[in-house]
Amino acid sequence: MEDLSFLRLVPLIPLLGAALNVFLGMRLGRRNAGLLACACVAIAFFLSLWAFWSLPAGGVFKDTVFTWIESDPFQAQLSFRVDALTAVMLLVVTGVGLLIHIYSLGYMGHDEGMVRYFAYLNLFIFFMLLLVMADNLLLLFVGWEGVGLCSYLLIGFWYHDPTNTIAGNKAFIVNRIGDFGFLLGVLLLFWEMGSQGVWTVDFLELERNAHLLAPGKVTLITLLLFVGATGKSAQIPLYVWLPDAMQGPTPVSALIHAATMVTAGIYMTARLHFLFSMAPATLAVIATIGALTAFFAATIGVAQNDIKRVLAYSTVSQLGYMFLAVGVGAFATAIFHLFTHAFFKACLFLSAGSVIHGLQGEQDMRKMGGLKSYFPITYWTHLTAALAISGAPLTAGFFSKDQILWQAFASPAGSFWLWLLAWLTAGLTAFYMFRQLFLVFHGECKAEGHVRAHIHESPLVMTVPLILLALGSIVAGWLGPPEFMWESIWDPWLQPVFGVPEEVPHEPMIEGLLMVLTLGIAALGYYLAYVSYARARKIPEILSSWAGGTPYHCLLSKYYVDEIYDLLLVRPFTACSRWLADVFDLGVIDGAVNGVANRVKSNSLFWRQLQSGNVQHYLFGFLTGTLLILAYYLYR
Amino acid sequence: MTGAMILFLILAGLSIASSLLVIFQRNVVHSAVSLVATLFFIAILFVTLDAPMVGILQVLVYAGAIMVLFLFVIMLLHPGVLERRGVLWWGLGAVGAMLLIFELVPLLSESSWRAADQAPITGSFGSPEMLAQSLFTDFVLPFEIASVLLLVAILGAVVLAKREI
Amino acid sequence: MVPLNYYLVLSAVIFAVGVAGVIIRRNIIVILMSIELMLNAVNLSFIAFARSLGSMEGQAIVFFVMTVAAAEAVVGLAIIISVFRHRQTLDPQEMQLLKW
Repeated sequence: MEDLSFLRLVPLIPLLGAALNVFLGMRLGRRNAGLLACACVAIAFFLSLWAFWSLPAGGVFKDTVFTWIESDPFQAQLSFRVDALTAVMLLVVTGVGLLIHIYSLGYMGHDEGMVRYFAYLNLFIFFMLLLVMADNLLLLFVGWEGVGLCSYLLIGFWYHDPTNTIAGNKAFIVNRIGDFGFLLGVLLLFWEMGSQGVWTVDFLELERNAHLLAPGKVTLITLLLFVGATGKSAQIPLYVWLPDAMQGPTPVSALIHAATMVTAGIYMTARLHFLFSMAPATLAVIATIGALTAFFAATIGVAQNDIKRVLAYSTVSQLGYMFLAVGVGAFATAIFHLFTHAFFKACLFLSAGSVIHGLQGEQDMRKMGGLKSYFPITYWTHLTAALAISGAPLTAGFFSKDQILWQAFASPAGSFWLWLLAWLTAGLTAFYMFRQLFLVFHGECKAEGHVRAHIHESPLVMTVPLILLALGSIVAGWLGPPEFMWESIWDPWLQPVFGVPEEVPHEPMIEGLLMVLTLGIAALGYYLAYVSYARARKIPEILSSWAGGTPYHCLLSKYYVDEIYDLLLVRPFTACSRWLADVFDLGVIDGAVNGVANRVKSNSLFWRQLQSGNVQHYLFGFLTGTLLILAYYLYR
Repeated sequence: MTGAMILFLILAGLSIASSLLVIFQRNVVHSAVSLVATLFFIAILFVTLDAPMVGILQVLVYAGAIMVLFLFVIMLLHPGVLERRGVLWWGLGAVGAMLLIFELVPLLSESSWRAADQAPITGSFGSPEMLAQSLFTDFVLPFEIASVLLLVAILGAVVLAKREI
Repeated sequence: MVPLNYYLVLSAVIFAVGVAGVIIRRNIIVILMSIELMLNAVNLSFIAFARSLGSMEGQAIVFFVMTVAAAEAVVGLAIIISVFRHRQTLDPQEMQLLKW
């Protein structure tokens, strides 16, 4: 445990950048504001790199800024910690964040609100860094809430269009529901630990004393915490906000809703792995939900026509993979997939953004096509990332996804069915990614005339990050290959954090077989996509009108989940609120308060008639009083 | 039944009767005259109680000056209309007064007071000398204040009652 | 000799008559006269006690009561004159401005 006081600079410098842009941004001008923001993130990136290089194996850096809450015997510090896990997250957040900031200089270059955009983006980086560097649950929660806030601000960035603000509201509200569960979990954990005599929220202290908790309580706590994770990381049942969040600018979708914020749930479970390991029931729930979500979202993604929606459902699906890994106890594998996913998902989103930018805002894939010649760089990066996500050999996705499938199959907590769902999802992933590729870049161009006249490849400031991310999509996976290939760097790096994983007996034969199966279904996916979309469009037409078109419409309408939620939850809730506001608040509460006032008023109206102004009445009162006093003395 | 007792009973009856007349007469002047009569009877009662000075003062000041003042004002204002009567208030007033008597009489008939009927007194009890002695020694301060009070009353009356000029 | 109680009872009766007068009559001057009646009843009480206790103090007090009664009657009548000038009435029920 080493104290390193420059750690606090890592989140503070982006915060400073945000503050400067808020107060001085207009004076700096749009371009300079953007450069300032990028510079701040770049500094944070280099500091993270330095921390990463200096970190010894199994070491932890700590930076305590001050004591935040002091309430004997409980104490909470504002302090940062960097261990192997945090170091990885830091590099992802600041590295990918930096590339996206640079990209945004080009993408948002003509936007009126560019200053505000960069302020929000820097603010987001600050909160995300707070989250991953937090030394205790409270600080993590601050970051957790903060990224939710920034997500809301950025989704509704173009606030003049009410659709965007509604999407922002939806994201925030659904997140809030998850956060409620999370908070209950944290409070329950705090209380239970406290009843054992340990009053703390510090991660180290919690890990040391976790064995004091009763198993039943741990299960409840972890389930509640997982509810929060389903909200933040878009799993069933709280994933509904993520597709709508695509209303925000594309770099935002790339950064927040692909690479970083949505991974907060995974990070949280990894951070608290010692708790989750004590609750096998919760882990089973997590694995099941993860696998189901992965499959479910992939089926929806197959039918979507908006270029970003496909990627949104793909994100939900990949997050499902990560939770599946967590659920079978393979925390390091989950983080590995998080790492590789950041690269290829960001790359996919940014290349989609490049296309959208070049087509002046068109997002419907049916109006694209044949763009390969217009966007060469974008095409090659998109292809690379699509290969990576579908697990083509030697790409990053290949290694991380295969690890997950292997763990799902062979780990004691895994099962055949989990593996099956994940395997089918891999096939669907390959299919819809290449469907997108063929629809957008191959075939005839279906763009309208005036749009087609202005199609252009994106400037360097946008293409260079694309290229870097594409390279990452290939190389990042080489850190964690299976045993029979070469020595893995990944697992030993994270071993001090997660401890020695449960011995999954290595059977190269079965691993190899599974790998071949996975490649097989991916190849099937590619082929089907090729046949359906690169050539004549007969098959899609047949499929979409199969069985009267109902299955197709069901998928296109996302299984009507939003409509179901609206009917079952939103409407009753709104009606209840309406009743409370109009009837209960006005009638009962205001009625009670006004009623008291009215009682007093009518009472005084009655009694003031005593003051009639007539002297003889007053004297009669005197007489009555005197009579009463005399009577008292008389009959005493 | 001694002579004093007979005298007392006659005077008591007369004074009660005249006081009842005060409140029952409809004509204000008649009421004022009845009040004069009541005051006179009470003055006689004072004299029987060995307070001749106070009795004379009663006739001179009360009956003589104050009641004359009342009559002046009545004549000055000469209201022509006789007042209206309200049945409710008549009833309440009568009942209230009755109750007052019924409550006071038992209280005032305490047997413990009978004993102190006749304290030994000097011959000059109630004479001007005795009264003056009491006034100018024990009650000199109230005496002075009373004179100031009279001055204030005079000034007040003059200011209140004058016409606007 | 006449017992003290008789005088006190007489005083109480005259007092009660005065009270009835104040409450019943609707002429302000008669009300003032009833008040004088009450004062006189009390004077009678004082004189009776003075005789009964053999002390001159009772009579001195009566002296002062008379003085104050004079002053009060004077000022009261002045007020009545003043009110009559404005209202042309002697009915106390017409003088109810100080009400709710």
